[in-house]
Amino acid sequence: MAGYPNPNGAPQKGLVGWIEERLPVFSFMKAHTSEYYAPKNFNFWYYFGSLALLVLVNQIVTGIWLTMHFKPSAAEAFNSVEYIMRDVPWGWQIRYMHAVGASMFFIVVYLHMFRGLMYGSYKKPRELLWVIGMFIYLALMAEAFMGYVLPWGQMSGWGAQVIISLFGAIPGIGEGLVEFIRGDYLISDATLNRFFALHVIALPLVLLLLVVLHLGALHQVGSNNPDGVEIKKGPKGNRWSPEAPADGIPFHPYYTVKDLLGVGFFLMFAAFIIFFEPTFGGLFLEKDNFVPYDPLVTPEHIVPVWYFTPYYAMLRVVPDKLLGVIVMFSAIALLFLLPWLDRSPVKSWRYRGTAFKVALGIFALSFVWLGKIGGGPGTDPVETQIGRLLTVLYFGYFVFLFVYTHFGFEKSKPVPDRVTTHD
Amino acid sequence: MTKARFPMRRFTSLLFGLVVSASVSAAGGHEGLAPANTQVANKAMLQRGAAMYMNYCAGCHSLKYLRYSRMAEDLGLTEEQVMENLAFSDTAKFGETINAAMTPKDGAAFFGKAPPDLSLSARSRGVDWVYNYLKSFYVDPTSATGWNNTILANASMPHVLWELQGSQSAHYGEAKEAGASPAVESLELTTPGLLSPAEYDAAVRDLVTFLEYAAEPAILQRQAIGVWVLLYLALFTLIAWLLKQEYWKDVH
Repeated sequence: MAGYPNPNGAPQKGLVGWIEERLPVFSFMKAHTSEYYAPKNFNFWYYFGSLALLVLVNQIVTGIWLTMHFKPSAAEAFNSVEYIMRDVPWGWQIRYMHAVGASMFFIVVYLHMFRGLMYGSYKKPRELLWVIGMFIYLALMAEAFMGYVLPWGQMSGWGAQVIISLFGAIPGIGEGLVEFIRGDYLISDATLNRFFALHVIALPLVLLLLVVLHLGALHQVGSNNPDGVEIKKGPKGNRWSPEAPADGIPFHPYYTVKDLLGVGFFLMFAAFIIFFEPTFGGLFLEKDNFVPYDPLVTPEHIVPVWYFTPYYAMLRVVPDKLLGVIVMFSAIALLFLLPWLDRSPVKSWRYRGTAFKVALGIFALSFVWLGKIGGGPGTDPVETQIGRLLTVLYFGYFVFLFVYTHFGFEKSKPVPDRVTTHD
Repeated sequence: MTKARFPMRRFTSLLFGLVVSASVSAAGGHEGLAPANTQVANKAMLQRGAAMYMNYCAGCHSLKYLRYSRMAEDLGLTEEQVMENLAFSDTAKFGETINAAMTPKDGAAFFGKAPPDLSLSARSRGVDWVYNYLKSFYVDPTSATGWNNTILANASMPHVLWELQGSQSAHYGEAKEAGASPAVESLELTTPGLLSPAEYDAAVRDLVTFLEYAAEPAILQRQAIGVWVLLYLALFTLIAWLLKQEYWKDVH
């Protein structure tokens, strides 16, 4: 931290100066807000990073209030959620903010990730930034999964049963591992209790640490932009600083006010769901989860929440269980490798070859369509065939990307020297 | 630049279209169910529905998460009105939740399976399902209760509302598989009840509206407050937009 310059170049006086001498919090804050220069050409897709942070804060704050009334035991969990919904003043509001917030988190994160794919934000020098982001995504999936178990409805218990049993497909250690995760021979009080611990303490700590690292890595290399041009490599000097990139503008106040506008629109969207359709037609809160978990009664369809369904579809369309598990986990693992699979020097799809745009479109379409199939009953054989094709297309994107860029098939357009909206 | 953006926009709209169609098909759930058209903000409907519940359902089905006091407050009734007209159990207390007159043990002995608590059934089954279920009982001499149901085949519940609806009999079609019992094709009202079919539909609609409320009493608050929250956020967004325009004059 000693490396950050004093804001005015001269020692500060008074309390601020006293603190600054001992702990440079003020210069640190300045370096990351009014003296952090972001490209001036951010578009719609650049709202979702700050929105993800907003949702994270929402989840933590509402989560703290929920833990004040929730009882993490198999005998009381379901009742305590209804107690929150009915008897705790504003409990329903807090609970819906938390439950809808979980789905919002994934909507925002998926759009944020797709932005990275479109504009090549995972490429050098942002490989580590992308990898940290992928770890956030992983932690978020674990966090969401365990959170969904806590209300102890039918889908909580049976969903946990299905997901945890996946680890049983690992040869040799599988069965022992499943028992270790559950803490019992079946989904029970012990499982709920440990998932509560992981959901409210362990994983949030991991998430917060990863988010700090994600932002640290972002501010080290600087933000990408829709043109995929490195503003740090362009001319220097703007009206705020002679050393700052010419196409950069201070994050504060320009992007703080712009993000505030995004927050406004986002909150309207979220509030509409929270107040008028909190279950989102059974997608955010599934119907079966309004029935207490009963290990003796299997629900008609066991389907995870929508944000897991693309991977669930892959698992289901592969006939072999172990192979299905491998396919499912590889689908996530491959995303980690994107920075090294894509060899093109061009970042933004604005200047990349047509085949790239088509492939990315097919990739996104496969993911969404797989999500639709994974959320269905999975009984239609035609749909299973379509699901297999879509799984191949999903994986095909990574193969295509490597072949297309490694062997020089891509015909990209010339990338401008500066962002397209410069003066 | 506009050229580069155009396909992206088209592509985004395609993505959103897919997501919406996925959510709509998931929301539909049971296909072919007549819509219940509940109006949970309608106090008169809620009161009529509550009266119907207490008269016809509460003997066997509890609402273990709903308190009489909460119901009184939300339905605009006094403690006296509720305790005299809507609480038929001798042990019922105003601050407590609504228990069935019958014990689950007796219920299991009488029907083979204890009648379930209905606190959350409007959410777990959906209001349309409950509405259609209550309209789909028919006379079936082969069943233990003498009744059967097209929505929930071999339901252990008899047609409690028969005196209102009258009794329906089934027209059977071909069995789908050899050896299977023939499928019910349609239901016909053979003996009229106290209510006309339209009146019966309205009565069931009242009952289902009450069950929707009972499954989530906060629905009344959230819908009432939601309008103001959205108006506030619209104002907030407008100011945020003006603020952004003002600051960004420097950049553009």
